[in-house]
Amino acid sequence: MNETLYNYTLHLADNALILAQRNSEWCGHGPVLEQDIAITNISLDLIGQARSLYQYAAELSNNIFSSTTGARTATEDTLAYLREGRAYKNCLLVEQPNGDWAQTILRQFFFSTCQFFLYQRLQRSADSTLAAIAEKSLKEVTYHVRWSSEWVIRLGDGTEESRNRLLNALDDLWPFTGEMFTPAGYETDAVNLGFGVDVKAIKPLWEQRVNEIFAEATLSSPITGSEGVWMQSGGKEGVHTEQLGFILAEMQSMQRTFPGCEW
Amino acid sequence: MSVQELEKIFLNKIEQEVKIEPKDWMPDAYRKTLIRQISQHAHSEIVGMLPEGNWISRAPSLKRKAILLAKVQDEAGHGLYLYSAAETLGTTREQTILDLHSGKAKYSSIFNYPTLTWGDIGAIGWLVDGAAILNQVMLCRTSYGPYARAMVRICKEESFHQRQGFDILMALSKGSPEQREMCQDAINRWWWPSLMMFGPHDGESTHSEQSTLWKIKRMSNDELRQKFVDMIAEQVKVLNMTLPDDKLKWNETTKHYDFGEINWTEFWNVVKGNGPCNKQRLDARRKAWDEGAWVREAASAHAAKRKMREEKKIA
Ligand SMILES: [Fe+2]
Ligand SMILES: [Fe+2]
Ligand SMILES: [Fe+2]
Repeated sequence: MNETLYNYTLHLADNALILAQRNSEWCGHGPVLEQDIAITNISLDLIGQARSLYQYAAELSNNIFSSTTGARTATEDTLAYLREGRAYKNCLLVEQPNGDWAQTILRQFFFSTCQFFLYQRLQRSADSTLAAIAEKSLKEVTYHVRWSSEWVIRLGDGTEESRNRLLNALDDLWPFTGEMFTPAGYETDAVNLGFGVDVKAIKPLWEQRVNEIFAEATLSSPITGSEGVWMQSGGKEGVHTEQLGFILAEMQSMQRTFPGCEW
Repeated sequence: MSVQELEKIFLNKIEQEVKIEPKDWMPDAYRKTLIRQISQHAHSEIVGMLPEGNWISRAPSLKRKAILLAKVQDEAGHGLYLYSAAETLGTTREQTILDLHSGKAKYSSIFNYPTLTWGDIGAIGWLVDGAAILNQVMLCRTSYGPYARAMVRICKEESFHQRQGFDILMALSKGSPEQREMCQDAINRWWWPSLMMFGPHDGESTHSEQSTLWKIKRMSNDELRQKFVDMIAEQVKVLNMTLPDDKLKWNETTKHYDFGEINWTEFWNVVKGNGPCNKQRLDARRKAWDEGAWVREAASAHAAKRKMREEKKIA
């Protein structure tokens, strides 16, 4: 049970951290000052979630491994900075490049909408720590959904250029959405053990929300228009796109260059 | 009322420490000076996001990453308050930004230096925010109301920034030999540029005299610089580091630290655009602005459509 819980927690943490890392690339470069602040805020919320989850995963890891093998003590930072790409369990969607503002917005909208339904259910998890983190994070995620929905509407129903850019982003990102609703082994186990959320069950809710927002953005449904599109997968099991290696190389460079230091 | 009478009322307010407010009559030159100074200050906050933003992706721990991200975000907020304060004087944010991009408006030269190591993030917080605070604390009492009030909000956050910067250096100073070296090296590179932040010597400062009469400025460049040196010379001892100035010495008679002469050739060169990052910083700002154009257009196009639909509904 503990190893499933550990992997499940890491998966949630990795999603939050990698998307935070991506969003933070906008800081200082946003299209307008207010939105620079908004996307940075989302990044900060996600780092906060990631930290709570990594701290919990570290605690679990220290209970499982250190007592028997004497391996080094895990902390939020060893988990974030000293795991290789193959050990990262985030969805492929969150590691995709920022691209233009439309790409960033759509990635956030797809992810946050899924995270919203997931955390909503995770509040009732049999694991009280995960339930508490979900409850605390849900307020933030509610805002992320609202903010990104408003932008999808603005871009879809803005100018011809913004609409085209949003449609291009849809082409690029859509194949990465299926993975969110295809459970990895530890997710299925987590559901059976009573602390995980059944991602298959939240898919229709996500689709409905996507349809609503796309309709408001005067765009046709991406769901009915994409039957037969091949969905990429593998991230949750550590098989990523080529993007992740570079994200980690940059993010982990200090810890790798100066091992064992306090910062 | 004649201009002379209006001017008399204006000067009287300054004399009586009554704040000048946007709707009050003010001399053209006062307005122009403020627009120049406030927008320059706003641009400094925004351009200042770049050197520190350079280390967000590489911050060495999650806690430091979160603190740095929040700090850089604060600077964006400062930029917003200041652009709004400038707008009360009759400019627009857009025009102000375009002046930055065309090179007409300036920003603090300190941000034309590169951030090469993580130590630089500590040094910027401690020295650059530290120098900015002294200037900004003075500006909390500046004669123009909206500027003074923006400064009060900003100062609260700046003192956090300085503490966080010092804390980064403190961790380095207690760390491995490489970390201590990183700390000293960052202090060495940022010390002189931060002294330059206070501007030319009082005798050579072009706008200073009038600004002092109008109580826009309430302390001279050299007075503020001395205050800064006195403060940092003490704090550096806590870090067990040194400042790169062999003339730095406590003076019993003046009760201040004596210190060496700034390299004014370097100072004027960076002002003129020859600093190591002048081009890179402006390019980054222009790029963000240009690439954001379609986003801003989409937002206003959508807002217009929405408004039209609502009006139709009412009609
Ligand atoms: Fe600043
Ligand atoms: Fe600031
Ligand atoms: Fe600051």
